[in-house]
Amino acid sequence: MEDKLLLETIERYLGGTMLAEEKAWFEQLRKNTPEIDQMVVEHRIFLHQIEEFGMVQKIKHTLHNTHKTLVEKADINEGGSVSTRGRVVQFYNKYKKVTAIAASIAGLTALVISGLVAYFSPAVNNDQIELLGKKIEQVTRTQQAQGARLNEVDSKIPKDATVTAGGTAFMIDGKGFLITNAHVVKGSGTIVVNRNGQEFNAKIINIDHERDLAILKIQDEDFKPLGNLPYGIKKSSVDLGEELYTLGYPREEIVYSMGYLSAQSGRDGDTSSCQISLSANPGNSGGPVFNKNGEIVGIISKKETKAEGVVYAIKSKGIFKMIDELKESDTSVQKIKLPSSSKLKGMGRTDQVKEVEDFVFQVKAYQN
Amino acid sequence: MKQEISEQHLLKGLANNDSKAIETIYKDNFSMVQALILNNSGSYDDARDIFQEAMVTLYEKAKSESFVLTCQVKTYIYSVCRRLWLKKLQQAGKFVTQAESLEETVLVEDDLEVHEKRNAEFAIMERALSSLGEPCKSLIEAYYIHKKGMTEIADEFGYTNADNAKNQKYKCLMRLKKLFFSQYNIGD
Repeated sequence: MEDKLLLETIERYLGGTMLAEEKAWFEQLRKNTPEIDQMVVEHRIFLHQIEEFGMVQKIKHTLHNTHKTLVEKADINEGGSVSTRGRVVQFYNKYKKVTAIAASIAGLTALVISGLVAYFSPAVNNDQIELLGKKIEQVTRTQQAQGARLNEVDSKIPKDATVTAGGTAFMIDGKGFLITNAHVVKGSGTIVVNRNGQEFNAKIINIDHERDLAILKIQDEDFKPLGNLPYGIKKSSVDLGEELYTLGYPREEIVYSMGYLSAQSGRDGDTSSCQISLSANPGNSGGPVFNKNGEIVGIISKKETKAEGVVYAIKSKGIFKMIDELKESDTSVQKIKLPSSSKLKGMGRTDQVKEVEDFVFQVKAYQN
Repeated sequence: MKQEISEQHLLKGLANNDSKAIETIYKDNFSMVQALILNNSGSYDDARDIFQEAMVTLYEKAKSESFVLTCQVKTYIYSVCRRLWLKKLQQAGKFVTQAESLEETVLVEDDLEVHEKRNAEFAIMERALSSLGEPCKSLIEAYYIHKKGMTEIADEFGYTNADNAKNQKYKCLMRLKKLFFSQYNIGD
């Protein structure tokens, strides 16, 4: 029981509720007894910790409640989340002032304009007015045509959209089918850019998050089919130590990088991917991995953040598997014919790259 | 100048857990952070977690005696969230180019280091408390966190008198301290 009394005394001492006389006595005791001094220090730390812990718990609680209230009041929005009041009511409450002001201004302006028009417009016959109307229509049409031409030069990413992710893709069929990583095309729309900076709109035909693969199809009137691909996609696996290279868009320009197969399996023993030693950076995701014969053996997907030069690629077998599975259900995929033979065998590396680089595209996913 | 004063006022409110002030800061900044997270492959839940973590960081900063905020609250919150989210993305090992951002940021590394250390300490306390079991846990929380009086606690927990409750509290406290200090090293 003495320990209990001592602890109570320490708590009173730390809490500052001791009388001056007792405090002086206790401080003397502390000085003379190292064990008690140690207990005081320890208990002070403990009290400090539990107090801070309690306060942070409370603030987290408040934050949680605040979040709930604000969502209910529709001051913050969580996408599809439904609140207790109807959306229309929330919308009305939020904008009723603005709407009222806008409506009165619009009304006033309309009255003033119609007054002015009635006052100034001379009496003309209806034929002339009609003719003028046509001319105006003509002018608008030419303007529209000019506008359209201007748009062609502009980026195909909508003006109000922000780029959310980017990476690399490569063609698997000259008709405009490309493959890339699923994590590269997160967003509401996608464009692909070729080596010359020309942009094409692309549609996601299929996305497989488990394999981390996505098939895109260029749907753009500017795109001309590229015919036969110079490379083939290899079905069999690669030998350990085999030399490999990749092309990708870690920057706005195409970048070449070389390495070798360092392990047959990927992260945590995943057999659908393999480990490659080469230098890759964000943006290389989705890029093709070629062997020395110019055959595609994989797709760059991830890299180890804590180790240098450890990159994982999805084996090319995955492409065949995905497409075979899809062919059973998706008619648009049935049109895809994967290239099996490579024209690049025996060619020097720089010549291979020259042949291949037109078929490797930059991907930009955007959200609007 | 006026804005500076009102921000100081808000931060004071945050430090005192004033729900009005917290709501104001929350309302003014949440959407910005939500947009940041959503645009960088995060979900609505991620946005909420990251934002609330940043608010706790700001709270800890506002509470400390040496507190000076050298930038706007908005900039600070944005910077902390950005840092936290980038870290989370890196841990997930995703290989995605970051969308360019023109927002102004400030260095928050030091604050986050302090915050992480505290988080680790709180985790120790939380583990210690939860392995304590009931009714010990509630008893300790009632006395040390909610600062309730012994008589009130005796009433609430059904002890016949305050002295018995005190005895029980002492036993629980001893166990909790043992659990806590087995993981928490003084001087670390």
